[in-house]
Parts: sequence; C-alpha cells; structure tokens
Amino acid sequence: MSSRKSKSSNLIQADYISQVQRILRERFCHQSPHGNLFGVQVQYKHLIELLKRTAIHGESNSILIIGPRGSGKTMLINHALKELMEIEGVSENILQVHLNGLLQINDKIALKEITRQLNLENVVGDKVFGSFAENLSFLLEALKKGDRTSSCPVIFILDEFDLFAHHKNQTLLYNLLDISQSAQTPVVIIGLTCRLDILELLEKRVKSRFSHRQIHLMNSFSFPQYLKIFKEQLSLPSVFPEEIFAEKWNENVQSLSEDRSVKEVLQKHFNVSKNLRSLHMLLMLALNRVTPSHPFITAADLMEANQLCSMDSKGNIVHGLSVLEICLIIAMKHLNDIYEEEPFNFQMVYNEFQKFVQRKAHSVYNFEKPVVMKEILVRYLGWEDPLQRG
Amino acid sequence: MAYYSARLRTRQTYSWVGRPLLDQKLHYQTYKEMSMKREGYSTEIHIQVGQFVLIEGDDDENPYVAKLVELFEDDSELYSKKRARVQWFIRFCEVPVCKQHLLGRKPGTQEIFWYDNPTCNSNISVETIIGCVRVVALAPDEVMPIDLKNKKTFFVKLSWNEKKFKPLPPEVFAQLNKLQEDNHRYQKPMQAKTKSAESPSWTTTEHAVKRIESRHSTSKSRHTASHPVTPRARKRLELSSFPRTPNTRISPAASCASLDSPGRMKRKVAFSEVMSPSKRSLPDGFQTSSPALKAPEKTGEIQHSCTKDAKKTSPDHGMILRARAPALKITETSEERTLTPIGGGRKSSVVPSVILKPEYIKRREGKEPEVQDEAPSTSRIRRKSSVLTLNRIRQQLRFLGNSKSDENDEEFLPAAEISDCDSEEEEASTTPLPRRTPNSVSRNLRSSMKSSLQTPSKTPKKTPEPRTPRDATPRIRSRNLTAQGPTNMLEEARLRLHVAAVPESLPCREQEFQDIYNFVESKLLDQTGGCMYISGVPGTGKTATVHEVICCLQQAAQANEVPPFQYIEVNGMKLTEPHQVYVQILQKLTGKRATANHAAALLAKRFCTQGSSQETTVLLVDELDLLWTQKQDVMYNLFDWPTHKEARLVVLTIANTMDLPERIMMNRVSSRLGLTRMCFQPYTHSQLRQILLSRLRHVKAFEDDAIQLVARKVAALSGDARRCLDICRRATEICEFSCQKPDSPGLVTTAHLLEAIDEMFSSSYITAIKNSSVLEQSFLRAILAEFRRSGLEEATFQQVYIQHVALCRMEGLPYPTMSETMAVCSRLGACRLLLVEPSRNDVLRRVRLNVSQDDVLYALKEE
Repeated sequence: MSSRKSKSSNLIQADYISQVQRILRERFCHQSPHGNLFGVQVQYKHLIELLKRTAIHGESNSILIIGPRGSGKTMLINHALKELMEIEGVSENILQVHLNGLLQINDKIALKEITRQLNLENVVGDKVFGSFAENLSFLLEALKKGDRTSSCPVIFILDEFDLFAHHKNQTLLYNLLDISQSAQTPVVIIGLTCRLDILELLEKRVKSRFSHRQIHLMNSFSFPQYLKIFKEQLSLPSVFPEEIFAEKWNENVQSLSEDRSVKEVLQKHFNVSKNLRSLHMLLMLALNRVTPSHPFITAADLMEANQLCSMDSKGNIVHGLSVLEICLIIAMKHLNDIYEEEPFNFQMVYNEFQKFVQRKAHSVYNFEKPVVMKEILVRYLGWEDPLQRG
Repeated sequence: MAYYSARLRTRQTYSWVGRPLLDQKLHYQTYKEMSMKREGYSTEIHIQVGQFVLIEGDDDENPYVAKLVELFEDDSELYSKKRARVQWFIRFCEVPVCKQHLLGRKPGTQEIFWYDNPTCNSNISVETIIGCVRVVALAPDEVMPIDLKNKKTFFVKLSWNEKKFKPLPPEVFAQLNKLQEDNHRYQKPMQAKTKSAESPSWTTTEHAVKRIESRHSTSKSRHTASHPVTPRARKRLELSSFPRTPNTRISPAASCASLDSPGRMKRKVAFSEVMSPSKRSLPDGFQTSSPALKAPEKTGEIQHSCTKDAKKTSPDHGMILRARAPALKITETSEERTLTPIGGGRKSSVVPSVILKPEYIKRREGKEPEVQDEAPSTSRIRRKSSVLTLNRIRQQLRFLGNSKSDENDEEFLPAAEISDCDSEEEEASTTPLPRRTPNSVSRNLRSSMKSSLQTPSKTPKKTPEPRTPRDATPRIRSRNLTAQGPTNMLEEARLRLHVAAVPESLPCREQEFQDIYNFVESKLLDQTGGCMYISGVPGTGKTATVHEVICCLQQAAQANEVPPFQYIEVNGMKLTEPHQVYVQILQKLTGKRATANHAAALLAKRFCTQGSSQETTVLLVDELDLLWTQKQDVMYNLFDWPTHKEARLVVLTIANTMDLPERIMMNRVSSRLGLTRMCFQPYTHSQLRQILLSRLRHVKAFEDDAIQLVARKVAALSGDARRCLDICRRATEICEFSCQKPDSPGLVTTAHLLEAIDEMFSSSYITAIKNSSVLEQSFLRAILAEFRRSGLEEATFQQVYIQHVALCRMEGLPYPTMSETMAVCSRLGACRLLLVEPSRNDVLRRVRLNVSQDDVLYALKEE
C-alpha cells in the first residue's frame, strides 16, 4: 500500500521534475527577454530612452554596446526592444533590421539582407533584385527620401559590430552612420561588440560620424550579487503549477545558497569567470543530476559540476593513454629537456624509447618501429602539455 | 513606342515651298513653307511657319518639340543652308533632374513646357525636323487631358525658364490659342468664302488666293454634286485656278478627317482616294492627289498639296507629280484604300493604302507625328460633292459627335468642302454603287471605328507591365503615428544640437564660404570649367559649406544673378566601386541608367564634344580618395573633363588629406586637378563655442561655462564639430535623467558635460580590467611579471602560465588548470586587452598586452 503510494507520488514527482528541468534549461540556454536583468539598470535606462526618442520623436542616433562575451549585451537589447514594442503605437511604427557580422560577411550580403528585412520594393518573395551597386543606391535613395517626422524609424542592430568594420572601405557603416547624422529617415544604429578597441577600428570619417555613445557592460557585480543571481536563476517562478513542490524547491535553493560548500564552489567559479553564461553552464550540469529519486540539487551536485567545468582537458587525455604512448611521451619529454625546446625527429624519439626499453626490458614490450610510428601519428597533437605540468 | 529612327530620316529631302521673301534686314530669303519628302515614298510633308514640329534630338524616343517661327536660307552655314528659327518647348524629361521637383506635381504624360530661355539657340537646320505635331495650350485651371494614346498631341500649361515653372504668359497663351482658333476658323465650311478674311495670320495675297480657290471649289463642288463620277473637267478647272499659290494650303483635296474622327481633337488626315480603273479615264496622272495633311491645331492651317498636271506653272508649288501613281492605283484598285484616321484617341491619321502595306503602317504609326503626309501612292481623282451634301454631313456629325467633333469639323473645313466629298467619293468608289448620301458618313464613321479597332492589333498597345523590381520606388514605409515635437527646453535644445539639424547659416566658415562661392560663381559667369580641391579633417564643415554655397548660388541663379547651372553630388563612400561614379553622374545628369563603361562613354561624349551646349554643371565629389584606382582613370576623367572648353563643368572635390594629390595621384592627374586648393582647419574653441551658441540662440538650456568647457575640450581633442554637438546632446540627456522634476529640468551644467565627456572618451580598458574576474587579473599580473623577467614585451602562453601558477600559489588561490587559464587568455584576447595569436598554436601562442603596463598596474592596484 505504502509502496504503491510512494510509487505514484514518484510518478507525479517525475512529472514535476521534468517540468522544472524544462523551465530552467530554457532559462539557461535561451537569452529570453523574460528573465531579469542584473546590475545593468543604468545602461538599460540609457538604451531604452534612446530607443524611445527614436521611436517617438524620430531622432537619429548611434550607439555601441560593448562588453565581454557573456556579459548580456544581446539580452539587454532584447529586453529594451521588448519594452519598446509594448509601448502603444510603437510596434507598428518601427522597423527592425538585425544583422550579424558572422552571417553578413560582406556589404553585398548585408545590403541584400537589409533590403529584405525592410521589405523594400525591389524585394520579391525572399529575393532581392539588382546588382550590388543598384542595391546600394536604391537603399540610400530609400533612406534619403524619408524625413524626421513622417518616416518610419528604422532600428539597425549590428551584432558582432567589429566584423562590419573589416568590410571593404567600411561602406556600410559609413552610410548607416551618415544617415544617422543627416536629416533623412530616422535610424538608430546599435552595435554590439566585445572588443574594447572598437573605435580604433573605425576609419576616421566613419568614426567622426559615430556619435560616440557607448554602453559598457562589464559584469561589475560582486560575489554577494553573484550569489543572489545564482538563487534567482535556480528559483522556480510563482506560476509553477504545483505550488508545494515549487515551494520545496525554492526552499532548497535558499538553503543551498547559504551552504558553505556551495558558497565555496561558487566563489571558485566566480574567481575564474564572472560571466553569467559560465554560471548557467555550472547550473545546467547540476540540474542534469536531478532525478525522481534525487529530486533536489545538493551541494555535492554543484561540486561535481564545478569539477567537470574546471577539468583539465589535456590531463584527461593523458589518463587514457596506452603504455606505449605514455612511454613515447616520456621519451619526448626527456628529449625536450636535453635539447631545450629544440625540435627533434621521430628517429630520436624512437632511439630514446629503445634505450628505455633496454633498461627495463622486463616490463615493457619492445614494439616495432612502424607501430611506434603509428602511435606517434595518432597522438602527436597535444603531447607536450601534460609533461609541462610535470 | 514612338521611335524616331535617325536611319529613316536620312533619306528625306527638304525643299522650300513657295517663293522666297527677302528679309531686308538680314538678307535672308525667308519662306513660309517647306516640304519634306521621304525617298522611297512618294509622299511629302508640308510644314508651314507657325506649325509645331518635332525636332531630332539626343533621344530618339522623345524628339524635341518646337514651334516653327521662321524658315530661311542662310548661305553662311556650311552644312545646311536651309535653316529654321524655332521657339522651343521642353519636355518634362528634359528638365534637369534636380529641378524636376519644382513642378510640384506629376507631369501629364503629354505635357510640355514653353521654354522661356532667350539664350537657347533657336536656329536649327531644317533637316533636323522630323515632322509635325499638335500642341494645345491650356489655361492654368484647365485639367490636363489624360489621353495616353494620343502621342501626337502635346499640352502646354506652364513655361519653364530654367529656374521655375510659371504659368504661360498671357500673350503666349493668347498666341497659342489664336493659332488654334485660326485653324478652326479656317475650316469653317460654311464660310468658305469669308474664311480668308477671318484668318489674320495670312497675308493678304494668300487670302486672295484662297478666296479664289474656295470659290472655285465651291462652285466646283456644287457642280459635282450632281455628277459624281465625272471629275475630270472640274479638276482641271480647279487646278488651273490656283497654280500659283504657293503658300496656300487649302487643298482642294482636303482631308476627310473631320468626318472620320469625330471624337478626336486633332488629327491629320491624309487620304487617298481610290480610283477605280473604270473611273480613270485619264490615266496619265491627271490627277495625283495630294495628301492633305495638316496638323490642324498647331498651325491652323491645312496643308495640302495640290495636284498637278501639266498645267502647273509654279515649280515651287510643292506639288509632286506622281508618275507612278497610276500603276499603283491600278494594283490597288479593288481594294478599299481609304484611310481613315485613326480612331478614337489615337492621333494619327490614317493613311490610305495602308491595308496593302502593313509594314508601312507600322512604321508610320511608330512615328506618329509625321503622319501627316500623304498617302504614298495615291493619286486621286477629286470629286467634289455639293455643298449641300457637305452641310448635311456636317450636321449629322454634329449630332453624332460631341463638341469636339465640331471643332474638328471646323478645323478641317477649309479644305473641307472638297475633301469631305473626296472622302465620300472614296468610300463610294469602293462600294459598288457609289452614292453620295449622308449614309456615306455613317460608313465613314464605321470605317473609322473599324480602323480604330484594327489599329490596336497593328500597334499593340503598351499594356502596363507588371511591376518589376527595376521600377521599384525606393521608399521606407511612412509612420502612421506622427513624431512628437519637443516638449521642453532640453528637448528643443537636443533637436537643435543634432548634427542633422541644418542651421540657417554656417558660422565660422565665412572665409571658406566666400572663397568657394567666388570660385564657382566666376566659373559660372565665365562659362568655363575648373577644379577645386578641398581638404580637412572630418567634422570641419567641408560638405556643409559646399552645400551652402550651392544653395546660395541656386538662389542667385533664380534671381538671374548668375547663369543657371545643374548641381550633381556623388560620394566616393556611397559607391561600391570607383567606376560606379560614372553611373551615378549620368543618372543624376540625365536620369538614364547605363553600365559603368557605357556611362563613361556617354559622359565623355557629353563633356568633350562640341555643340552639346548646356548649362554649366557643378559636380561635387565627396570622399575623393575612394575613387582611387590602379590606373587612376576615374580621377583622370573627372579632372580632365573640366579642361574641355565645351564641357562647362566645375568639379569640387573633397577629401580628408591635405596632400592627397601629391600622395596618391599620378602627375598627369594632379596637374589637371590644378592648384586651386583649400584647407579647412579644425575648429578652434572659440569657433566651436560660436557654433553652439548660434544653434542655441533662443534656447536657454546650457550654462555659459558649460559651453565654454565643451568647446575647449573638443578643440583640444579633435576640433570636430560633430563631437561637440554629440557631447552636448548627451549632456542634455544626462541632465534630464538626473533631474528629479521632469517638468522643469534645470540648465545643463559643467558637471553634466563632464560626465558626458567622460562617458564618451574615457578609456574603457581600465574599467574592464577592474571588473574582470580574479583569475583574469592574476593572469594579467603574470604577464607583467613575465615581461619583467624576460625584458620583452611579448611572451608565449607557456611562459606566462608558469608565472601564473606561481602567482596563484603565492596568493593562495586554487591551482589553475591549463584549460581554465587558456579560457581566461582567450577571453582577454576577445576583448582585446591582450593581443594573442590564433589558438591553434596552443601553449606556444604568443601573448602581448594591448594596454600599457602602467594602466594595468594602475587598474590592478586600485583594488
């Protein structure tokens, strides 16, 4: 009787757990604009005001959002756009163009993509007609015809902005920024980049046309804030269907955040990297260990996850090597010491190996040369690193 | 559709009609009429002074339109002694592209403008005349008729004097209208006898002649009424009656067009008559006919040629003997050759014998304006019907047609009595039982309808093509929620401080403005060309100054202080490739599209060949350095064109580098660029201050100190006015943001400005280092330590790693694994705090700092 009860409750719990995992994984993996922003309220305010001025007053602007990878640049802009679109009357009065430097690798492709996304008249279906030059003059003409009060503002979002700066002559950037500095269609150019030296990449006349507004996202939070983020990221939303379970889960999270060993793990992780993406990775690994029989994350899970995260990849490789391979690597290590980083060839390694085998003939089988050759070829890359560790 | 091929024209011969009148003053012999004859066709076109003509131009599809003012023979001209003086009209497409917007509305499809420009050469060779056309003057409040099919008629509503569109001056309007009315009057059938008295434009001699003639014809026609089939005697009579009237154009064989084209406004009619063999008792060409043609509205006159037979005395009469006629006629006899004017709305007249020769028609329809000639092979027997019949017919027509048909009737009338009859005859002759009765009218109508129905098949109408991307209009969707205006002082200031807000005047560039203005103005006045090179760092107002100069010059041109000119702007940065500059220039100059090579050829032709006298062109080439090519042919051409005398091209070039000509140009290019150079110095702090003050003239949003501060800061940094404005704009935002009461934000203070400057210019490296993780910071320390140890500014990752491990041990940090450290290194590399080699070098990748060591130390020490 009681076993059946526990079984059915197990089933129910399994259901909850899969729901929890779905919600949390979505939170960790997608940069959804639904989550909260951490420590970037000032920057957010700056950005949203700027977007509003463009959308409502038709003011042209250009701005760069700069921050290391994983610092939440895209999340910031997504949040801002979401809020902007919720303002009444704005969503149908705004055009958005999203470009990514990794996809639009030259101006020609970028122009086509802009034209397509703006749905100008030379677009039929998904195809953009006309040559590069025609497209450029067409687009410029189109943007030039507008004016501040009557045209629909266009928001250009250039992800990986630094890659656009490598396009020939920076034609695209020049033209976009020129529009933002002249009385044409109102545009706001938002560049996202992780390079701090981005302004030095811009050509002088392009740079002059850029308004020099920059938003820096620096992960400038301290460990207590980090801990709070950790808590919030793991907590279930209040809309979770099974309140009792959610409560229990949240309690557990709360106690985790106060646990000493958990704090240690987090501190260690924080020391290595402050960005939220690596925190997400850690939590993801811990979350994966949750099962119906093990319904809540424990400090051990987190430690395990941290170990996985900080694992040394090359050390792991060495652990899995065969005896012959280990012997060869040791031989190479000797040679390296003897010749002081000078290169050596296979014959030298083989000779070294032979010497070793003769010394300890009883323990290691003397392999033929071709076999050794093969081993070397297979394992050649990355041999050095474990040895360096000594 | 209407394509006036030069090839076809080459075979035309031109001759004077009528006797010369000696112009005492000029010693020219002037004429009142000329005829054009196309070889291979025994037809000719007569054109009189006062008619509107099409004149061969650059664009075969859109020949020039002009009114013939005078015809004369000028022996001083080398090539063509036959000259004409014309009053030009201009098509909308000939108006410079940059000025087209001045019209302020869409031009009508057939709209032309009275070209009010005394400087334009109005003396042309008659050989350039292609044919006649009709022009209708409309009162300013009249609506432009939309008659897409009627390509032969143009409407004038406005005049264009190179500066603006104006309503037609009353006298011009009256003149044009009079011409039309003359037409009408002329053609009043009933008043054939008095007609001449009413037509003021004719000379009295002409009048006399006409009167005589008309009398003749009426009498004749009366005669004939009863004897339709015996034209001969009458004809002779008639012919003899006016052999010597060179200038008259009343043709006995007038057009029957009036009958045929009830609903149309203007048409020329040509007809032929059919002659059945049986009727031709005198096959000797007794009667050839002449086409009657006329562009009624334009000149009001009807042209016709007379037939002639041996009696013709005046050779210059313009009549043509058609020896071949009989033969042709015979072949065609049984056919219906009448031709009818084209039906509804199409302007061309119909040519007889068309049916037999479809290709002829086609060609002819292609050039509708010329249509008014004669039926090629027609010789006709003139039959005159009685006036009575005519009247009856006319009455009927009036009922049938609308008021316009009345006009038409009248227009054609002069010639008409007879011509009407003729047409009837024609009809009649084609039918087995010729009867001249009112029925024939309806038959005529029918035939005209028929022809109008048929024509479409011959000349397929242009159907509106499906929209192709090529025609797409570049346009961004417009917003439906209007943009809000500024609501408080700071927003107002922000709006004015935007770089895009163009101030009324550019302060602090007066000297440069004056220099450029003088340069361009002198070139305009001298009607020569020249180059100017303008350099200066970005944001010093180069382009803005040139724009202002052009703007002022355009105003001056409107006020007639300088000759009108055309302004074109290209920007090297807005081109995909240097050679595209030709395409852009050509397109802005003429509106045509061409490939780069073709455009270059066309431009070279335009600028380097004689005779293409246009107004001066001012060309602004921004970002000149982008036009550099290996061969430098683009720059060479741009600077070479102005050196041609005829080009009248002024090239203003802008670039950032002062010594660009010496640095990147070949000698032959820089020598053509010349030494007219100007350098825009960066703004000084007082200039920047003045700029800010002028923009904020009536807006009190900034403290004086704040303006002073920003001006000095920017002047010290770059002297870039854009920076200055951007900083101020950002400062207003900060001020607004920091202010508690949103309604009455205070003034922007120095604190706000300092914050803005700090935000824009402070190096982000130090903040980035301060905010990086512990491991990242210790890695940076390790790098510094390694540099110090090795004495080099570069180290391999391996070396740094060893330092890093030691450092971590010292500080009690957990042992950093190789993978972690590698990740740290990559992250720092991605932000460009470090410069690292690609990761394929693994531990051997070399690392260096992208920041100075002092900065790193400073940032790390703070903590």
